[in-house]
Amino acid sequence: MAGADGDDSLYPIAVLIDELRNEDVQLRLNSIKKLSTIALALGVERTRTELLPFLTDTIYDEDEVLLALAEQLGNFTMLVGGPEYVHCLLPPLESLATVEETVVRDKAVESLRKISQEHSPGDLEVHFEPLVKRLASGDWFTSRTSACGLFSVCYPRVSSTVKAEIRQHFRTLCSDDTPMVRRAAASKLGEFAKVLELDYVKSDIISLFTALASDEQDSVRLLAVEACVSIATLLPQEDLETLVMPTLRQAAEDKSWRVRYMVADKFSELQKAVGPEITKNDLVPAFQNLLKDCEAEVRAAAANKVKEFCENLPEDNREQIIMTHILPCVKELVSDTNQHVKSALASVIMGLSTILGKDNTIEHLLPLFLAQLKDECPEVRLNIISNLDCVNEVIGIRQLSQSLLPAIVELAEDAKWRVRLAIIEYMPLLAGQLGVEFFDEKLNTLCMAWLIDHVYAIREAATCNLMKLVEKFGAEWAKNTIVPKVLGMANDPNYLHRMTTLFCINALSEACGQDITTKQMLPVVLKMSNDQVANVRFNVAKSLQKIGPVLDSNALQTEVKPVLEKLATDTDMDVKYFAQEAISVLVLA
Amino acid sequence: MSAISASEKVDGFTRKSVRKAQKQRKSQGSSQYRTQSAPVELSPLPQLKDAPSTEQQELFTQKLQQCCMLFDFFDSVMDLKSKEIKRATLNELVDYVSTNRGVLVESTYPEITNMICTNIFRTLPPSENPDFDPEEDEPTLEASWPHIQLVYEFLLRFLENPDFQPSIAKRYIDQKFVLQLLELFDSEDPRERDFLKTILHRIYGKFLGLRAFIRKQINNIFLKFIYETDHFNGVAELLEILGSIINGFALPLKAEHKQFLMKVLIPLHTAKGLALFHAQLAYCVVQFLEKDPTLTEPVIRGLLKFWPKTCSQKEVMYLGEIEEILDVIEPTQFIKIQEPLFKQISRCVANPHFQVAERALYFWNNEYILSLIEENIDRVLPIMFGSLYRISKEHWNPTIVALVYNVLKTLMEMNCTLFDELTSSYKADRQREKKKEQERDELWKKLDELRLSDSALVQNNSHGLQNNNNNNNNNSNSSNNDDTEDKSADSAAALPTDDKEPDVLVNIFV
Repeated sequence: MAGADGDDSLYPIAVLIDELRNEDVQLRLNSIKKLSTIALALGVERTRTELLPFLTDTIYDEDEVLLALAEQLGNFTMLVGGPEYVHCLLPPLESLATVEETVVRDKAVESLRKISQEHSPGDLEVHFEPLVKRLASGDWFTSRTSACGLFSVCYPRVSSTVKAEIRQHFRTLCSDDTPMVRRAAASKLGEFAKVLELDYVKSDIISLFTALASDEQDSVRLLAVEACVSIATLLPQEDLETLVMPTLRQAAEDKSWRVRYMVADKFSELQKAVGPEITKNDLVPAFQNLLKDCEAEVRAAAANKVKEFCENLPEDNREQIIMTHILPCVKELVSDTNQHVKSALASVIMGLSTILGKDNTIEHLLPLFLAQLKDECPEVRLNIISNLDCVNEVIGIRQLSQSLLPAIVELAEDAKWRVRLAIIEYMPLLAGQLGVEFFDEKLNTLCMAWLIDHVYAIREAATCNLMKLVEKFGAEWAKNTIVPKVLGMANDPNYLHRMTTLFCINALSEACGQDITTKQMLPVVLKMSNDQVANVRFNVAKSLQKIGPVLDSNALQTEVKPVLEKLATDTDMDVKYFAQEAISVLVLA
Repeated sequence: MSAISASEKVDGFTRKSVRKAQKQRKSQGSSQYRTQSAPVELSPLPQLKDAPSTEQQELFTQKLQQCCMLFDFFDSVMDLKSKEIKRATLNELVDYVSTNRGVLVESTYPEITNMICTNIFRTLPPSENPDFDPEEDEPTLEASWPHIQLVYEFLLRFLENPDFQPSIAKRYIDQKFVLQLLELFDSEDPRERDFLKTILHRIYGKFLGLRAFIRKQINNIFLKFIYETDHFNGVAELLEILGSIINGFALPLKAEHKQFLMKVLIPLHTAKGLALFHAQLAYCVVQFLEKDPTLTEPVIRGLLKFWPKTCSQKEVMYLGEIEEILDVIEPTQFIKIQEPLFKQISRCVANPHFQVAERALYFWNNEYILSLIEENIDRVLPIMFGSLYRISKEHWNPTIVALVYNVLKTLMEMNCTLFDELTSSYKADRQREKKKEQERDELWKKLDELRLSDSALVQNNSHGLQNNNNNNNNNSNSSNNDDTEDKSADSAAALPTDDKEPDVLVNIFV
């Protein structure tokens, strides 16, 4: 056995090298994806001395292979002998961090960040930090871009002289002359600020932040907005006004809509980061401007934040700010020319009612809800309907029900089946809030009409909807309102409708209970076993299997069993199959 | 609601033509106007040609200032009178700088550039259609085109005026100006991009100090396009300018230019919308190769690296480009890349998509390529033979089969003996390949088992491996049979099962 062992430990590197050189990318990829298997077979020492140098030398390959390699190496610490040797992984990852393809590079950086944690502080200074420096001063932009993501992981664990060097490198990259590098630096600015000592945040980060926020490229400026959130969180309140606010004000009025969009998108985070005083004085007017922005994209992003912004306003004069400053803008947005803006607003506007209370809601918000319920765009209407619960809590849904009904009916008959599907999904919620009487009177017909929709997805959703309604209103209600109608469809000339009956029974039997299932549903199902369409017959078998557990053993033996046995001898092979399956599942054999 | 037809109810998606018609109605965008406060009404100034020559200069400046007023083109009826005055004035200005001599005195340069900057430099509006597909959809047209067009026209005439002095103009047409100009290439409006192309070309020609900067910024735009956003409308236009720039590069090529070729132009081939600018891109690449033939090998290797795996349309484009390169290739360069290149071509002729196969087979209609193949038939034929032979029997498309027969015939005529040898060894070769594949499967299976038993391995090394060997002997009965069959076909002695593993190992090492 000893000889065989020797061979076994020899071959993986040979196989790997062979496979790595294979012409077929897929085979190269396979071998890389199993790199850990090979390393395991090689043992830690040979992995370090043979495998890793080989991998470092063969970095030129298809990006897909490189991606897999970069990912593997992040989990390789144990395979090279633990944290003590983890620095062996740096050379191949360094090369991977310089390749052009972004996904490969990002993965290499991710792996480097991961293994940086496994370095001892000493190794970090001896091996890791020099690598970061080399990347940061690389010729081609790719290595400098990668370096940006590595500063923050080594900074906290190195000596103060090395820290100073790292800060210097980061500064240099923030003013790099390729915008790609500046973008990378800007996107890591917040993260880097978090690991810096407060004094350096004030002295270094702020000046970098200010410079990046006034970069000539809007793609850089907008990233500074993101960093603004982290930086503002780090600074004491008294410094915000002088250090952050001038830049933030400027960003909110930037000439590029992309930057303004970013401000709108990050508004809640910004609001939390700068605190209530600055919010009152600066952010409220800025938010008003964003809600009135000339670009629809910006307005939509701001509209999305209306509820969150209002919620987070300081409570002492929240209502006053909303009523005098925010609500007038919101009113305008209800009739905006752009449907995305309206639908963004519709998805949050109902949330304002809890903040403003009953009287304000009835007086000011209700007219807006009603207007949006009549909006030409179905998405706006849907968004309103999907958030009805917020209003229900404050003023009760009755206030809305008269306008609600036409809106629901219109959506229920919309030409787009996805819209119909969306409204069906809100039915149980609506039914719960409108109550059983209103439902029976106004909505029941709709729910039944969906059962014979042209689109299967709608029929399916309608079936599921019935089940949820029965869960809400109870078996007694089902017995009187739904079950007769569903069973009536069993005699429909269209076999699709007959099948819908079976699908409904599948869904409803459990919720309706044994009594209704045995007395009302079972006879219908059994009768349908003589249907001339095979699809109906094998669905009978499936239904019997499904409702079997709800029935008592007497019904099973005397009624179900004979029918299934008959179906098991059907001429159609699918019917036979499902009948036999049902027999064995229900243990009737 | 009841008017909805049943078919529409079934398919909720409106037909594309309907969607397009809706889009066209509002397919105009501009965020230019929105940055300014409400415009004041313009009053017409006297005609330049009617003014006494002493006052012309002053009037020219006044008109330039008047044209700095911007109007809202979204509202087509707003400020109609003033819009018309500005349009007429711009027309007059265009006329004035293109027909008159001596009008470009130094003091007018700042006024001129100010008027141009105010009108054309703006943040482009968000696309009306977030999933804008340049190959399918109608572009959004610039709403303020009636004015902007004339401003572009004016800029062009200004640059082309015989009195134009770059030494004065460079104070205004500086790096910042160029940067803003380049950003406008992302405009969705093809008319605008066309003007920009000519203008940038003139600027590149006249401002030597800006050349390196322009190249670098185009570089950045492309890199951002390739690796970050995958979206930029003006790639084709910029490549067209580059085509003529590359044409003028001095020899030997600077490292900067070679880097541009390898790190920017070649990766541009990976872009999703390659079809929109492939012609211009291939032209640039071929220009480089005509300048410096030693670049052929890295370029072809680069293309092979990025060869499309699933997109047949792109594959056809790549093949087209390869043919363009082969048209200008030097025989010494051909020898360097023939092996990897023909391996790819042999995969292409075997492609089930007939357009790919057909495009590759068309290479054999090219006289120059044929002569290169003939010179190197000993190397090319063994690579191509397998695919061609198989396809001649298996391809579903009769046109391809017919083409393959012709190609096989041509190749046979080039070296009859080799052809016969390959034909007779074809079957054995396939079997050897099959066997190799099986051996690979076996090995990986073994490696996987190694992993399965890795906990045992950590505890007790030899024990783990022993387990592993046992597993292998137990579970591979059926594959052993196949293996044996193959070996006998290969006229090698069938080995007993127990000795199988070392044998497999040896094979792999070789």
